[in-house]
Amino acid sequence: VERGFDCDVLIAGGGVVGCAIARELTLFDLRVTLLEAGPDIGAGTSKANTALLHTGFDAKPGTLEAELVVRGYEQLGRYAERVGIPVERSGALLVAWSEEQLGSLPSIVEQSHANGYEPIRELSAEELYRREPHLGSGALGALEVPDEGIICPFTTPLAFATEAVLAGCELRRGVAVTSLERLADGGLLVRAGAREWRTRYFVNAAGLRSDELDHMLGHDGFTVTPRRGELIVFDKLSRRLVSHIVLAVPTKITKGVLIAPTVFGNVMLGPTAEDVERKDDTSSTAAGLDYLRAEGGRIMPALLEQEVTAVYVGLRAATEHTDYQVSIHADEGYVCVGGIRSTGLSGSMAIAEHVRGLLEDAGLTLSPRPGPPVELTMPNIGEAFTRPYTDAERIAADPDYGRIVCFCERVTRGEIRDAFASPIPPVDLDGLRRRTRAHMGRCQGFFCGAELASLLEERA
Amino acid sequence: VSVVVVGGGPAGLAAARELGRLGVPDVVVIERERQAGGIPRHAVHQGFGLRDLRRPLSGPAYGRRLAAFASRAGAELRAETMVTGWSPEGPLELTGPRGRELLEPDTVILASGCRERPRSARLVPGSRPAGVITTGTLQQLVYLKGEHIGGRALVVGAEHVSFSALLTLTHGGAQPVGMTTELARHQSLAAFRAGAAVRFRAPLWTRTRVSAIHGRPRVEEVELTDLDGGGTRSVACETVVFTADWIPDNELAVMGGLELDPATRGPVVDEALRTSRPGVFAVGNLLHGAEQADVAALSGRHAAAAVARFLAGGGWPERRVRIGCRAPLAWVSPTALAGGPPPRARFLVRSREFLRHPRIEIAQDGRPLWSGRLARLVPGRSGRLPDEWTARADPEGGPVTVLVASARG
Repeated sequence: VERGFDCDVLIAGGGVVGCAIARELTLFDLRVTLLEAGPDIGAGTSKANTALLHTGFDAKPGTLEAELVVRGYEQLGRYAERVGIPVERSGALLVAWSEEQLGSLPSIVEQSHANGYEPIRELSAEELYRREPHLGSGALGALEVPDEGIICPFTTPLAFATEAVLAGCELRRGVAVTSLERLADGGLLVRAGAREWRTRYFVNAAGLRSDELDHMLGHDGFTVTPRRGELIVFDKLSRRLVSHIVLAVPTKITKGVLIAPTVFGNVMLGPTAEDVERKDDTSSTAAGLDYLRAEGGRIMPALLEQEVTAVYVGLRAATEHTDYQVSIHADEGYVCVGGIRSTGLSGSMAIAEHVRGLLEDAGLTLSPRPGPPVELTMPNIGEAFTRPYTDAERIAADPDYGRIVCFCERVTRGEIRDAFASPIPPVDLDGLRRRTRAHMGRCQGFFCGAELASLLEERA
Repeated sequence: VSVVVVGGGPAGLAAARELGRLGVPDVVVIERERQAGGIPRHAVHQGFGLRDLRRPLSGPAYGRRLAAFASRAGAELRAETMVTGWSPEGPLELTGPRGRELLEPDTVILASGCRERPRSARLVPGSRPAGVITTGTLQQLVYLKGEHIGGRALVVGAEHVSFSALLTLTHGGAQPVGMTTELARHQSLAAFRAGAAVRFRAPLWTRTRVSAIHGRPRVEEVELTDLDGGGTRSVACETVVFTADWIPDNELAVMGGLELDPATRGPVVDEALRTSRPGVFAVGNLLHGAEQADVAALSGRHAAAAVARFLAGGGWPERRVRIGCRAPLAWVSPTALAGGPPPRARFLVRSREFLRHPRIEIAQDGRPLWSGRLARLVPGRSGRLPDEWTARADPEGGPVTVLVASARG
């Protein structure tokens, strides 16, 4: 750390992007601080999205978003396999329901090729229904995108943040930035919570609040208008109905409503897309849910017969610009990482690498962090991989992995204990849910709610 | 192992006890909770055990007694163990502190019970604050964990269990501020409603839907909509209890490839509670959502006799005739005919609407099998249809239909 500074880089925002940046920078010999305003990392926009691992086939060619999503797809795919983030390459089918949509498919193929993604191909209606027999009637054709995937939106930021913390990153949760001040000799004074930090560089990854922090520094590059997305999660018994991500033909305004399996073995329907005023307005609406049910009934009528397990609402940090708003003000030591919308999960690692490059260009010295690299293995909460309750060896070594507490999601006492003992332990039921799947299932606590509440109380 | 009973609630425990009495050896009851006993473990009020044990007991005492009876009858009770996998042909996969285990018994009795639909499954819009729970969670918080709930609470639903939730709330130090039901009247006993009106002074809002829940991090306010006038009112509270709206916990039944009845959402069973899969029986509230615990226990006892006959070489019916119903009826159970008497020599029937003196007609292929009047049907409570007509049904014929020919509302 340079003399007079508390840290080399301070990152505001512990969403998937901020966590990825923290991880990237702690690979080097730097003092990094990560501040998250919410009670937990990954608890804002990052927790309530469609959880797709995009190839970037449909991004606007030539944009920063297209470049970073394409690169981030490869990076996150490899990283997920290495550290145990649940990921499944289910493939996507982009379905045309009208002649007009059918006519637009060739241009989407062209766009995909321009983004460097070649395996995309057209399917006849017959081929489509063979792959997804439960689709509603009337589909005329489709594009197959075999490499699109689904990924765990909870484990991803948690893995980044955990790796960063193990590499020495200072993480503060429940601490919102209240003021930013330029220091005379360069760098910034960041006030947050009851404390202040002097940092050489400041990275604004504050998502929905990124425009506010930008304005605090006198910039006026963009305004965030939260775009609300409501999602319905169906019971695991519906999983057999769907094998691919079923996408709609995008319009200028929206990518439309999709149906996708989740890594937890459910099926998701959504999102809606509605601009709202308040940045904390994560309420579902009767109109939104009605709309989703109508769309779902058209795309896959059998899905609506299934029980609903949960309704989620996320806010995308949309701006007036179509591309990411990533820039560095080298003289101020300020990097802005704003306008990261739905593709932030897929692009996160490439965004982080890009930010690292910007900092390096601005003069930040990057030498490898001394000491051994962090070896990280995240607890698996994905349905496609071995979980403790099916692992005879683990149960034999520790019977707590055989004691199921959350029956719907088969979460064991051992996993809950591990979550509390982890480098970034949960502080509330939502945090425990994101780390273990406890309370995420069809009964929503009818059977296990009281037991989980007392386990939480014991630890808190 | 000759019989595996999945679920150690009243139905499963009563089945295990009866199997012991009938001399069936090697009966194992698999219970995923730490103690057997099922829902009565945390239903701390009187009224359990009247129909089966002929004495009034509290829920916990009833649960303990059934577990002790099953043990004494020779059944092995394996707690903290869950059936986590099954397939249409495969063995039962178990997980417990003893490890993983595969069991391939001669017969399986599914007794996995039911649960209340949570707020999310009811698609109630709004934010997702803490303090939105089901009666099941509420009872466990108050009676098993001794938690203080406090504050004000709204009860959604007006069935027996909803009134029980009122009581539990006061035991948890919370003040009930009202009850809602989408129907025109409550569906419980007049005495319960009158008692609640005096004791809690909590209004009952009928024809009312919970249209939104607001607050963060805990509930602050619930919006109610009048289904007739369309007007809304706002109720300030810190807890919302979603009661009733039961659904069978049918995951294993689906995994095991059992035919499900679309109306009950439980496995299709005949009078002997045999499912579509030879050697597999289903009992209790897995069949149709909540009946009282002693009714579930009697269904377990009933199936045990059929299990014993099956194990003695009794065979499995080749064919069965399905039974269905038409609106406003919600379901009929058992859901198939294959001969013999159903539990308690009756078919249970539920209605979605209040019906006074409904004339019920049972017919097969347009041919009347039975017709008669019931005193009344109340949503959420079962009516009783006799079983005398089943001998007149054609075992080779089409499905049997139960319908309401006439009624007053």
